[in-house]
Amino acid sequence: MAQTQALTRLVAKTKANNIRWHRYEGYLFVAPLIIGIVAFIFLPIAASLYMSFNKWDMVSPPELVGLKNYARLVSRDRLFWKVLGNTFRYAGWIIVPSVIFPLILAALLDRPIRMRYLYRLAFFLPLVTSVVAVGLMFRWLYDGEFGFINYVLSWVRIDGPNWLIDPFWAMPAVAMVTVWQGLGYNMVLYLAGLQGIPDHLHEAATIDGAGPFNRFFRITIPLLTPTMFFILVMSVIGTFQTFGLIYVMTQGGPINSTNVYIYYLWQMAFGSSKMGYASAMAWILALVIFTITMIQVRLARLWVHY
Amino acid sequence: MRAARVDRVASRRQQELVANTVTHILLIVLGLAALAPFWWMISTSFKTEFEAFQIPPTWLPLEPTLEAYGDLFLDQPFGIFFYNSVKIAVLGVGGQLITSSLAAFAFARLDFPGKNVLFIIVLSTMMVPYAVTVIPLYIVMHRIGWVNTHLPLIVPAMLSSAYGTFLLRQFMFSLPVELEDAARIDGCSSFGIYRRIALPLMKPALATLGVFSFMASWNNFFGPFIFLDRKYLFTVQLGVALVQRQWYTSWPRLMAGSVVVTLPVLLVFLLLQRYFVRGISLTGIKG
Repeated sequence: MAQTQALTRLVAKTKANNIRWHRYEGYLFVAPLIIGIVAFIFLPIAASLYMSFNKWDMVSPPELVGLKNYARLVSRDRLFWKVLGNTFRYAGWIIVPSVIFPLILAALLDRPIRMRYLYRLAFFLPLVTSVVAVGLMFRWLYDGEFGFINYVLSWVRIDGPNWLIDPFWAMPAVAMVTVWQGLGYNMVLYLAGLQGIPDHLHEAATIDGAGPFNRFFRITIPLLTPTMFFILVMSVIGTFQTFGLIYVMTQGGPINSTNVYIYYLWQMAFGSSKMGYASAMAWILALVIFTITMIQVRLARLWVHY
Repeated sequence: MRAARVDRVASRRQQELVANTVTHILLIVLGLAALAPFWWMISTSFKTEFEAFQIPPTWLPLEPTLEAYGDLFLDQPFGIFFYNSVKIAVLGVGGQLITSSLAAFAFARLDFPGKNVLFIIVLSTMMVPYAVTVIPLYIVMHRIGWVNTHLPLIVPAMLSSAYGTFLLRQFMFSLPVELEDAARIDGCSSFGIYRRIALPLMKPALATLGVFSFMASWNNFFGPFIFLDRKYLFTVQLGVALVQRQWYTSWPRLMAGSVVVTLPVLLVFLLLQRYFVRGISLTGIKG
């Protein structure tokens, strides 16, 4: 009895202590993270916004020019529009295969078959390989004369183009590399989605006489739409952040046909030292990403079943 | 009646066998297609320059040689590149594990004014494109003399991982809180609880985060590319990109470089695979 009382008192005391001292203790724990985020993310964001209103080459002092950078980008910079168009083209080539191929893989791997582990491993390897290695590898695979891809095409008597040198084919060629790299990642997302579909739905449908195809298209696919949506958004955002692959594979060429957003931004900032101009580009990028995400969230209401 | 049932069972089995065989065939074809580029990379890296340009290409090197690897290491200081990459990855990941586990613990278990708002602010940083921050970051680093040091690659990585905090916090919620309550009643301080109870229990999640961050750091190209231009500070990725600039079509050598940068992550991945898969499905976000 006395013991219980002592315990109750102890708990009360600790709680009181918590309220008095420990109320602010949490700040100490989050301090390093918050300091880091403020210093390396929030301050740069603010600085970037300010810089976007300046003309600055890092040598002479910055000169406040108001909205001139933005105006110039939108109205006078033809390459900017081309690059923006390229980036959307890049996304256009990626979206469909990135949504479909990993779904097929996941559907195949969702069954309890032997060597699942090994198969999964095969689709993961591209994901853990760096863009430098992947870029070099595919530059060689895509080689017009000695590359493996044209060699394989020659088996079926197709005379493959000189992929990365051809202004039309360069973009789809680079896009397919991105699809290939994302296979394993998107597959895991689908596998997680598939595991979330309760078995009894399939069982009920089977009893009602639905065949495997009907079950797949009427149960599995509708229930996977949230995953598809996520993959869609992430793939599009990813295209706006691609740099390394382009640098290694094409340097934006031929004739700027693979020059995408971040690559052009880098050329402006670090090639031509137009820091203000590049900052304005960065802000437009942030706006574009935000808008795309919002549009997709809106559209998602029409076709995503939660 | 019975015979019919046996028949039905037999046909069900047969169906399953067919389905499994088809699945295996499809997976093998797709798997080989996914792996073919790696085979081409490895095979080329053991060829001579002459053989690499043979038509039709040889599937396996006719006279396997280590020439390309020799050239690669003799031409550029890859030992130093490796040291730099390892140093940046280990310090960055180590620091990140500490700061994000501390913050995750506080966000999951402690109560303080403004906690939720702070957490949302932290999360929102994951949506900010690196392009927005990199230019001012470069200018600041330039001012304080950190350009052409490894600090801009290590310090921000150590201190600002919203992703890590999010992942660890999610994991903390799956852990029982009773142990921590008991420790608190026994007079353990919050830091003691973090250090002696939460941290050991978080080990699997820390491993997941560690694997992810290590790979992200090792494979990072943009960061080192922006902040470093002295050769002796280069990471392996920059090293291989440098080889490409000098030997644009020296394929065996370039493929040898690709093999060399890929091997370490491959090793980490093969050893710690299960943590990797869990990381993706736990957060749905790549590091």
